[in-house]
Amino acid sequence: MTFINYAAKEINCKIVYYGPGLGGKTTNLQHIFTKTAPERKGKMISLATEADRTLFFDFLPLDLGTIRGFTTRFHLYTVPGQVFYDASRKLILKGVDGVVFVADSQRERMEANVESIRNLEANLKEHGFDLSAIPYALQFNKRDLPNVMPVDEMYRMLNFKREPTFEGIAPQGVGVFDTLKAVAKQILIELRKK
Amino acid sequence: MTTAHMEVFEEELGRLEAALNRLRHDSNAKAVFLIDKNGQQIAAAGDVEDFDSTSLASLTAGNVAATDGLAKLIGEREFSVLFHEGKRDHIHISIVAKRAILLVIFDERSSLGLVRLRVKRASAEMDRIFDDMTRKSELGPEGRVEPSPFAEITDEDIDSLFSD
Ligand SMILES: Nc1nc2c(ncn2[C@@H]2O[C@H](COP(=O)(O)OP(=O)(O)OP(=O)(O)O)[C@@H](O)[C@H]2O)c(=O)[nH]1
Ligand SMILES: [Mg+2]
Repeated sequence: MTFINYAAKEINCKIVYYGPGLGGKTTNLQHIFTKTAPERKGKMISLATEADRTLFFDFLPLDLGTIRGFTTRFHLYTVPGQVFYDASRKLILKGVDGVVFVADSQRERMEANVESIRNLEANLKEHGFDLSAIPYALQFNKRDLPNVMPVDEMYRMLNFKREPTFEGIAPQGVGVFDTLKAVAKQILIELRKK
Repeated sequence: MTTAHMEVFEEELGRLEAALNRLRHDSNAKAVFLIDKNGQQIAAAGDVEDFDSTSLASLTAGNVAATDGLAKLIGEREFSVLFHEGKRDHIHISIVAKRAILLVIFDERSSLGLVRLRVKRASAEMDRIFDDMTRKSELGPEGRVEPSPFAEITDEDIDSLFSD
């Protein structure tokens, strides 16, 4: 739900990073946090287990500058990817404006990717959203690993609606900002229609 | 598909802030925050600078969302009030107008009973303000005091956000 504050001249949008466990969602946010100037970011909050798996969500507020005099703010969230945290995933999708799907490129994770996209579609539906209509970007992460599936094969398997798709190596920052930018752009274009 | 919008206008924000200030004063609280259910701050009053309000808003919304989930699991519609008691500071969380969260931070200069009482009064007032806000939002662009600035966003505007 885009939140437009005409009084403070602010616009706030919510982006959720979705995908299978260990795919690299939290790492995407960590990279964005590291590379963003202090005055443009707030604190990153990670509600994680002791083993550093996301337990509820990660949260990173970003301030991307102004459009037409309005401060444009993006609130980035990640969901916990592990299958049994579904109730939490559902909660975090509430009021979402755009989704980034972080897929794990390793062959043995394809089934988990497919399953997670299905889960995303179902959970969005429960909130009255439609994956085929919502701003959406796809990232094939972990391209640096040896056992990855070729990009074109992955595209055929995981691309949902010709959404913008990027190769990523999140710990090195490869593809991270391109992916964020692609979804942010779609969100702002949506606003234009309203 | 229509993504729901929440729009806040100058006039209503002023009224909300006045209501928050009064609540802060009457309940003797340190600070009060009004947060939308998705974790974005709408308005605040009191010693706001003492707190990281962005983090506070996001965690409060997460807390309410998780508690709502718990309520549904046991067949309740919602838990209308949450109270967390600390050694020094306490927080009182309640829902306003079904879509916003009122967070009151207080210490021994106040009490749970007093906060409860004042929150109740402030909530009724804020319900009315939110109703007015919804009405205004529904009027659409023509009924707005200011025209929507986003209808004319250009691709260059968007690109400029990421330019550095
Ligand atoms: N080699 C390699 N490792 C990566 C890459 N991206 C993430 N990792 C590692 O994979 C592990 C899991 O990454 P996270 O970002 O925590 O994964 P997540 O998607 O947040 O996982 P959950 O919180 O369980 O849903 C970490 O050890 C990361 O360092 C990548 O592109 N290449
Ligand atoms: Mg994570």
